[in-house]
Amino acid sequence: MREGLILRDAAVRFGGRDVLKGFSLAPLKPGEVTVLAGPNGAGKSTLLKGIARLAPVAGEMILDGEALSAMPAPQRARKIGFMPQSLPSAASLSVLECVIAALRAGGAHHGPDAAEKAMAVLVRLGISHLALDALEKLSGGQRQMVSLAQATVRDPRLLLLDEPTSALDLARQVRLLSEVRRIASEGRIVLAVLHDLALAARWADRIAVLHQGRLYAEGPPAEVVTPAMLAEVYGVEARVERCSKGALTVLIDRELERS
Amino acid sequence: MTEAVLAAYHRRNRRRAVLVGVMAVAALLALLTDLMTGPSGLPLSQVWGALTGAEDISRGTRVIVWDVRLPVAVMALLVGAALAMAGAEMQTVLENPLAEPFTLGVSAAAALGAATAIVLGLTLPFLPPVWSVSVNAFLFALGALALLQLLGRLRGGGTEVLILFGIALNFAAGAFLSLLQFVSSADALQQLVFWTMGSLASANWASAAILAAVLICTLPFAFRASWQLTALRMGEDQARSYGVDVTALRRWALLRVSLLAATAVSMVGIIGFVGLAGPHIARMLVGEDHRFLLPASVLTGALVMSLASVLAKLVVPGVLLPVGLVTSLIGLPIFFALILRGRGRA
Repeated sequence: MREGLILRDAAVRFGGRDVLKGFSLAPLKPGEVTVLAGPNGAGKSTLLKGIARLAPVAGEMILDGEALSAMPAPQRARKIGFMPQSLPSAASLSVLECVIAALRAGGAHHGPDAAEKAMAVLVRLGISHLALDALEKLSGGQRQMVSLAQATVRDPRLLLLDEPTSALDLARQVRLLSEVRRIASEGRIVLAVLHDLALAARWADRIAVLHQGRLYAEGPPAEVVTPAMLAEVYGVEARVERCSKGALTVLIDRELERS
Repeated sequence: MTEAVLAAYHRRNRRRAVLVGVMAVAALLALLTDLMTGPSGLPLSQVWGALTGAEDISRGTRVIVWDVRLPVAVMALLVGAALAMAGAEMQTVLENPLAEPFTLGVSAAAALGAATAIVLGLTLPFLPPVWSVSVNAFLFALGALALLQLLGRLRGGGTEVLILFGIALNFAAGAFLSLLQFVSSADALQQLVFWTMGSLASANWASAAILAAVLICTLPFAFRASWQLTALRMGEDQARSYGVDVTALRRWALLRVSLLAATAVSMVGIIGFVGLAGPHIARMLVGEDHRFLLPASVLTGALVMSLASVLAKLVVPGVLLPVGLVTSLIGLPIFFALILRGRGRA
């Protein structure tokens, strides 16, 4: 059995058309964080939805040697945690109840210790003080942290994150991403969509750049994030520099005129 | 800290369970009050005696309690329970707080079915003529829900599409109903108007038994789906990613809703407000954990309907108002007050 996630010749439909077609990606290994980058409409979210089986797919998607298409939904839900871009709706449910529901709804967990397990996740994410607050009274950023708790509470083998930091302040971005790194270090596979390339370069092992439904480039951040890529894929003139501590920074100078 | 939060969570759940119990008791008290009110007021001792089969109760009282008032009073509880349950499930699976049998046109379709039977004098084979109105209303209501689901699926549609179709259906059924009223005889018209206002007066043990059977067959399945329904409140993508088969959940929930709403409406006519307000009041009381929300909705609906039945006898002394009018006229202001109060707190 081969460990990891393999995508080979995969196609994902969304809104009645193939957003991704013939898409292959080097195997994603346990313990690694891979970031999906690319401009709006490149197909990043669609790919995540396809892997989580929220959009119709074709081609091969294999997790730890098992085809995702052959897996029954409850088993798939135990192995895959998906944090959608949309924040959980404003329901009259406490944060703790939301996370318990994410644990129990798929039928994966029946035990009376669901509340304890959910609470442990909240403590780890630093939002245990919100446990009894109603979801509808939380800020966008707080709800995004709840969304991460819901995606991780089933201890998934594969964690899919769609713009997990979009509503977060700087401190919470760091907290979320270091938590994501910790989760990966337990031998899990993480695939995240991030728009901030500097953030991606800082936290990812590998970056895959999608452009117009195809894989444009894929590899370690330093190899992928280059002025040439930024010009061709994003249409911007940019500098990629290393700060004094060696981390990559991306400085955008201007938008290029597209021919 | 962690233990304190968990203890508070469990305490909150226990309090909700107690609240559900209190509501059940309140519904039973409302039932007793309903039995005591009527053209001849009966004291509680007499009602209780008749119910328990005590020796010293006159035969007349026994007949009034068992044959005249009890079927109607029980029907009130059952109709309220069925409509509120239908509303609660609809609001969750259609992700719309305004969804209920009434707003989605199911009641209007049932009314149209009843009107066709009344005005055209339809009788169905193998059925006593008394039942033809109810059966026709049931078939129309079920047809409306089937049509809604079919159209929703054809359009590949989200829940908004379903709601819009429901509204269109409401208008269409309303227009045809007006047409039937226009061509109907004075006699049929009076029967029709009475039916569209909703009335418990025609309730009997047979109709109550049928509705009870439908409730008994559907409620356990709904309660078993509590966690899935709670998860769906977070959003469809979220619920799917937790392993909930949202499509199947929706299909089964709408089937349950169809049976409940069509049966209830076909027996007592159009009764608005209960299907909408029952779940909303329940939500304010116990939150949206469906393990508590569903039973609380059922009981709130039953309680509201039972109280409406009492009021229908009391508002104008000596006159039995159509209970549908009472739920709308008296219920709506209460409902608005609750909403405004809820807003103020938030």
